[in-house]
Amino acid sequence: MSAAVSQTWYMTQRQLMVFARQPAYAIITLIQPVIWLFLFGNLFKKVVELGGFGTTSYLDYLVPGVVVMSALSSNMWAGMGTLDEIQRGTLDRFLTTPVSRAALMNGNVVNNGLITALQSVIIVLLGLLGGADYPGGIGGVAILIVASVLLGTIFGALSNALGMLVRERESIIGINTFLLLPLTFLSSAFMAPSQMPGWMRHIADFNPLNWAMVAGRSAMSEHPDWGVVLGRSGALLALAVAAVWLSIRTFRSYQRSV
Amino acid sequence: MSSTRAPAVEARQLIKTYPGDVTALSGMDVTVETGTVFGLLGPNGAGKSTTVKILTTLARPDSGTATVAGHDVLRHPDRVRRAIGVVAQNSGADPVATGRENLQLQGRLYGLKGAGLNRRVDELLDRFKLADAARRPVKGYSGGMRRRLDVALGLVHRPEVLFLDEPTTGLDPEARTAMWDEIARLAGDEGLTILLTTHYLEEADRLAERIAIVDRGRVVVEGTPDALKGELRGDAVHVELREALGDAGRTLLNGALTGLPGVHEALFDGRRVSVRADDGAAAMPALLGVLERAGVGVAAATVARPSLDDVYLRYAGRRYAEAEAEGAENLVLAGGVR
Repeated sequence: MSAAVSQTWYMTQRQLMVFARQPAYAIITLIQPVIWLFLFGNLFKKVVELGGFGTTSYLDYLVPGVVVMSALSSNMWAGMGTLDEIQRGTLDRFLTTPVSRAALMNGNVVNNGLITALQSVIIVLLGLLGGADYPGGIGGVAILIVASVLLGTIFGALSNALGMLVRERESIIGINTFLLLPLTFLSSAFMAPSQMPGWMRHIADFNPLNWAMVAGRSAMSEHPDWGVVLGRSGALLALAVAAVWLSIRTFRSYQRSV
Repeated sequence: MSSTRAPAVEARQLIKTYPGDVTALSGMDVTVETGTVFGLLGPNGAGKSTTVKILTTLARPDSGTATVAGHDVLRHPDRVRRAIGVVAQNSGADPVATGRENLQLQGRLYGLKGAGLNRRVDELLDRFKLADAARRPVKGYSGGMRRRLDVALGLVHRPEVLFLDEPTTGLDPEARTAMWDEIARLAGDEGLTILLTTHYLEEADRLAERIAIVDRGRVVVEGTPDALKGELRGDAVHVELREALGDAGRTLLNGALTGLPGVHEALFDGRRVSVRADDGAAAMPALLGVLERAGVGVAAATVARPSLDDVYLRYAGRRYAEAEAEGAENLVLAGGVR
């Protein structure tokens, strides 16, 4: 057990180092959400007047939306990294050592989780700087971050599994471009649920991105509905565990194909 | 001494097909005695890399059995992994990390740590002349340096069996010679067994104590380089004809050539005729005379000591370069970068 934990740490360290030593990539990952915050914040400023947002400042409403959307968009590219490692021969090198398969995948999960958390904190702080108000306090913000990390884990693990199975950049790019905006707009990320068409609201109920959205927003509100928060977070956790399990299983089918 | 110990590698009747009906292995048998250097020689697509992938627990065969360092690769892959070092064609050292960091991580994966790990890493950096570059990111390394780091990575935990998959492919001649020296030195390490694959005849001849020639997914002949070459007694006389012969012409010419004194065998391959003779130079005039009487125009003729290429022609039934070209073509047809 302790070997698996330390191996996971070695793998995490390795990936964090790649992130830290490629400053351009690191800066883009951390700055892009800021652009969303600025663009959407100005573009949709007036929609808050429609009502149903639970606040009079659109920025209050937008910050959790951008946190969750960024968690999705940065993690869904995880498979590209895995693809690089396959093509470079790094994955094969690790697979012929005694390192545990779970540690290989969990190193990815922990690394992506840490980056997602850092990215989320930056967005929340920038929102604060821009005058956003978080009535749920630090606890509420923490739950939003946990929910985004879980959401990121789901899509990061699925992206890794996809990378190992199809081994084509084009497939990952295609699926990501196809999914990102529909998943984001079929949720309450930018629009109050009461302003959404009924059918969209129903679809959103099945959208994991919306689960993270609803859990985070509720926890950050003045009077959190803990049943909703726990229900949605629990569902995210269950899905994350399933996705990681699936991605570890994918090693077997990868090994059949090499 | 090696005969009293179990073989380091023993593979029996390995069969492996890839989707799209591509047969990679069609009954591969390999036995490598402990403490020896064994070379799998063959063109691209012959099945060398697939064999290595199975023996190093990366891929699973459709059928057949294999043990490495006494452990079954299918039943106890974890035990095999502890006993082997693998230097693949792309070893994938982390380009962003330094040489030292790459070695340290590799050591940690085998459970090395602390002062023991640092000592081992320093030792390998020295041995592979990477000490000066140890603190630089690998992406700045030359091809030769990278390859030396790859080999060092495979040795970090002092494996019993080392797999070298085409260790010098892509290196410039100078770096290749340096790598050969390094591998020859490794072979002297006590008890280390090395299985290397190569598509360079010269490399197998120079490094391996025993060679298996692989063609179309199985071994066609095996032995020491000298024994394989020695089976082809005498000299090889290669004659380049002006035009290729028909079947009837071949049969006729075959009879006339092998009827000459001191001539053992004639192999036809397109416009090329290879004749085995006790004394090539002495047989040459008579040989050319036969061809002239038969009305066959000669473009060129050379006498050479038999090479592994001749061995290859004899056992695989085609020239090495042709098999190479066909292997490359098959890879393209299979759509496959594997």
